[in-house]
Amino acid sequence: MTAALDATPRTDRADAGEPADADRTAVTLARPRFLGSRKRSRTLSVTLRFAVPIALLTVWQVASSAGWLDPQILSSPGSVVQAAEELWESGQLTDFLAASGRRAAIGVTLGVAVGLVLGILSGISALGEDLIDPTMQMYRAVPFLALVPLLLSWFGVGEGFKIVLIAVSAVAPMYAYTYLGVRGVDRKVVEAARGYGLSGARLVAQVILPSALPNILMALRICLSVSLTGLIAAEQIGTTTGIGYLVSLSQQYFRNDYMVLCIVLYAVIGVLIDLGIRVVERLAMPWRSGVAAR
Amino acid sequence: MSAPTTTRTTPSATTGRAAARLTAVSKAYGDTRVLDAIDLTIAPGEFVAVLGPSGTGKTTLLRLLNGFEKPDAGEILVPPRVTTVYQEPRLVPAHRVLRNVLLGQRRTKGNKSAALAALTEVGLERHARSWPATLSGGEAQRVALARALVRDPQLLLLDEPFAALDALTRLRMHDLLDRLRERHRPAILLVTHDIDEAIRLADRIVMLRSGSVAIDVRIDVEHPRTITDPRVVDLRERLLGELGIDPNPTKENP
Repeated sequence: MTAALDATPRTDRADAGEPADADRTAVTLARPRFLGSRKRSRTLSVTLRFAVPIALLTVWQVASSAGWLDPQILSSPGSVVQAAEELWESGQLTDFLAASGRRAAIGVTLGVAVGLVLGILSGISALGEDLIDPTMQMYRAVPFLALVPLLLSWFGVGEGFKIVLIAVSAVAPMYAYTYLGVRGVDRKVVEAARGYGLSGARLVAQVILPSALPNILMALRICLSVSLTGLIAAEQIGTTTGIGYLVSLSQQYFRNDYMVLCIVLYAVIGVLIDLGIRVVERLAMPWRSGVAAR
Repeated sequence: MSAPTTTRTTPSATTGRAAARLTAVSKAYGDTRVLDAIDLTIAPGEFVAVLGPSGTGKTTLLRLLNGFEKPDAGEILVPPRVTTVYQEPRLVPAHRVLRNVLLGQRRTKGNKSAALAALTEVGLERHARSWPATLSGGEAQRVALARALVRDPQLLLLDEPFAALDALTRLRMHDLLDRLRERHRPAILLVTHDIDEAIRLADRIVMLRSGSVAIDVRIDVEHPRTITDPRVVDLRERLLGELGIDPNPTKENP
């Protein structure tokens, strides 16, 4: 170090410094413009989260009770609640939700498992990518609703068809996000883990999956929403239970209150899915608490 | 150092001849007082190195001057043009080198040629069209220096800019910084862990300890400085002593 310092050629600072200093005498100082993030209170954040849905509900209620809204266009909140009560008392609401929930759970589990395995294989190995990715990209481009006639002819109108349709709808998003997540894992960390003797399933379980978890959970969110679409399609045919059936029923009998009730039910399920995933995120990713995957 | 040193030694709050001024600035994170009523004035063109163990508020100081944090108490004054070079280059990977130097500026012809001139100054004019990912660590950091200097800052903040570089590249960067400083003469605040780097480059060394200024010393040793110079040896021992390190095992015999 000494030698390098000694060798440094250097001009005289005194000459270069004086005029520059004089120039800068005129500089006016000011407080730095604040560029940081402002702290937001938790109460405000929670309030804001509820504010928009509550405002929408209020507008709906006011418009209905003031008579601005034709019940044939949009039923009042009261009549939707009434429709829900009606279904609740007959036990159909719980039956429908349970039937749909069961179909969605089995279908999504199957679809997620397949998508996850394919996504990991494609993400970690070049061979896997060559074998799987092109086909999956084609598969992804096919709207799963286009498969309904084919699946019907294969599985009939029973439960099997419904579950398979939902599973088929969940594979593509699960695959795509898992693949992205696995590809995005820090190569250097993987290299280090390999160096410490991890490989194969242990490498995947201990290093790759945890690192790809944010993407995988985002995929799960999307799969669950897509499965709701799958439910509507699946429950149009050959069933007398499920919220998809309720949708077709309300259409058939032109019951506006039931139509709106279905939408409200989907919205509530959406909120429940969101809350559920948040809980899973908190439990599964303690290292990034407060950073929710969206 | 001669004449200008004496004028710079007395940056007075009343004359307004300062490139940055902190008055009784405090900052706490939770219960940890990181900066405790700190006073610091940097004169125009002055090169101040801030040393101190980890967690003594060095980086907080830079974040405050940058406006990324607000002080809990006290006043911070900075000139209109403040730029920073961080420990990592922090280049936008999606922009080519020239565009990174232009970051936040209009892509006018004048600005472009200024950016190219800045790249020439750091010896990277041939890399203007390169992607940041293709640069070595030292090259990327030179791009970051060019990006900071092209705006002609009155205050240049350096947050351990050479810490991640290999020893040889670091020495070259010291020389480069020296040359750039001669030409542009911004006031510089360098945060570093490296005592030798501070002694080698700075006009003045400020050492922080638990949020306060423990040592504020001017280096009146002409450049180039050798670490065998008795004045440098004395200063080095004093700074190491302040850090609680016995300087003798690492001391070199003149």
